[in-house]
Amino acid sequence: MTDVATKDRWDPGVQSYAGMGYYNPDYEPKDTDVLAVFRVTPQEGVDPIEAAAAVAGESSTATWTVVWTDRLTAHSHYQAKCYRVDDVPGRPGEYFAYVAYDIDLFEEASIANLTSSIIGNVFGFKPLTALRLEDMRIPVAYVKTFQGPPHGIVMEREHLNKYGRPLLGATVKPKLGLSARNYGRVIYEACRGGLDFTKDDENINSQPFMRWRDRFLFGMEGVNKAMAETGEIKGHYFNVTAATLEEMYERAEFAKELGSIVVMIDLTVGYTAMQSMSHWARRNGVLLHLHRAGHGTYTRQKTHGVSFRVLAKWCRLIGVDHMHAGTVIGKLEGDPATTRGFYDTLRDDHIPKSAGNGIFFDQDWASLPGVMPVASGGIHAGQMHQLLDLFGDDVVLQFGGGTIGHPLGISAGAEANRVALEAVVKARNEGRDLLSEGPDILRKTAEHCRPLEAALETWGDVTFDYTSTDAPDVVPTATA
Amino acid sequence: MDLRHGAFSYLPDLTDDEIAAQVRYALSKGWPVSIEYTDDPHPRNIYWELWGLPMFDLDEPDAVLAEIRACRSTFPRHYVRVLAYDARLGRQTTALHFLVQRPKDEPGFALTRIEGSDRRQRYGIRSYATASAPADRYQQQ
Repeated sequence: MTDVATKDRWDPGVQSYAGMGYYNPDYEPKDTDVLAVFRVTPQEGVDPIEAAAAVAGESSTATWTVVWTDRLTAHSHYQAKCYRVDDVPGRPGEYFAYVAYDIDLFEEASIANLTSSIIGNVFGFKPLTALRLEDMRIPVAYVKTFQGPPHGIVMEREHLNKYGRPLLGATVKPKLGLSARNYGRVIYEACRGGLDFTKDDENINSQPFMRWRDRFLFGMEGVNKAMAETGEIKGHYFNVTAATLEEMYERAEFAKELGSIVVMIDLTVGYTAMQSMSHWARRNGVLLHLHRAGHGTYTRQKTHGVSFRVLAKWCRLIGVDHMHAGTVIGKLEGDPATTRGFYDTLRDDHIPKSAGNGIFFDQDWASLPGVMPVASGGIHAGQMHQLLDLFGDDVVLQFGGGTIGHPLGISAGAEANRVALEAVVKARNEGRDLLSEGPDILRKTAEHCRPLEAALETWGDVTFDYTSTDAPDVVPTATA
Repeated sequence: MDLRHGAFSYLPDLTDDEIAAQVRYALSKGWPVSIEYTDDPHPRNIYWELWGLPMFDLDEPDAVLAEIRACRSTFPRHYVRVLAYDARLGRQTTALHFLVQRPKDEPGFALTRIEGSDRRQRYGIRSYATASAPADRYQQQ
């Protein structure tokens, strides 16, 4: 290994991070290294190389001053190395810093440990005005220490006995305030009308208006009645998010005993609780749905925080079967190319580097099961052709308002979505062009389906056309 | 009731031309196609009876259509489905399936309940058709 440290590296006092070896442009990352790319915005007057070296230092072994105890270790092995710093195209004052971490820095199969290093102290570091973790390459050697999704896309489909089309869901609305009995009614109507799943919202836990046990009992009544009426498997994501892990286990056990095929957790419970629930879900044969509640506080802004693509990688390692990943066309943030990168990251086994989609590294998952992405938030039946074109078959499309707000009732809303979905899948398979012919396909289908006709009349023109805040920064090139 | 099973069970029953188009799509993806039938449509009944082996290496849907017709005429009162299988690494599972025949009269399912403690119920789903012996199911033509 090249020793790039300066001669007076061990003089007491403050040294530059670059001088201490945290910047090494000659370093060639090993296949087993964890790689990270940060968007660094240094304070005015701070050298970008030194800022990048400081990120490598503060996210690995460094402290602010020289310590002689470093010399009791194989310090150049343990220190992270920033091996490359690029200008961010079109964004003066911002730099992409590539950092390599030896795998020995991390405890096996612990996202809590990985994140305590990579995003631990460094995001508050004073010489930087902002810092964003843009992407990570998780080496196969580290991937293989994780369980991953309890079931994954393939097993979920085989359990549900549903193939060849996206799955459909709806979040029960209003998200707060319904009594358990009324809540179960919504589940029953939506499932019997044609949805595969219904869902608790992120903030439905166990409040005074509806305690969790009552919700589970009435909810399973609705799910089972709908299964008997349709002859297909249904599920409701019971949100078991609670104040303690013990309480979450109790709620999940109860859902399992009632025969629920799926439970749900929120991102807010924390990485360790998520991983515990993932292991519980694998042990008990119950699908695990993750709502990414809270992620927008740190994923959305381009200059500071953690990109969602990194969070998606962490969650695939932690192991969830479903994860919300954006709709592009709905009410929530989502640049098309960036969102494509999220979906690939969750579903594919090998994701090649793709600057246009915001993917900075090749990523191999080595047969770790795929996560079913969930598209939810402000989507409706009139967009079905666009959704299928964007996301393909392996996705859960969730129409909360677009089911429950249907003028002819919840069951009709569900039917409209299911009929629209099947019609566009059939048309795609027949070789028709969804983007140009989609609206016509839906209109023709609606001639024989009053609920779909009503849905198109109600929402046909609704769009959420705003500029995305999180689009990739790349130099456009003539050759793709 | 209408059994909801497969990718197109909320659309009108597919015509043979429409079935051929879906089979052509499957073949274009390199998916072998197979045919299965059952008189027990319980949603947890995974293993419908095989109508022969999966058909590998086809270019055109004609042979599949011929087998579908043969299966229908042998079992005119059964459910018949077509499946396309994706053998690629990481999939090794069904890629598409859909009904190509359903009985004229579909009696549906009963929801059974066993009362438990603490307001719990143990639910079960039973097909009315399977209450009869196999020879007596779906007699109405």
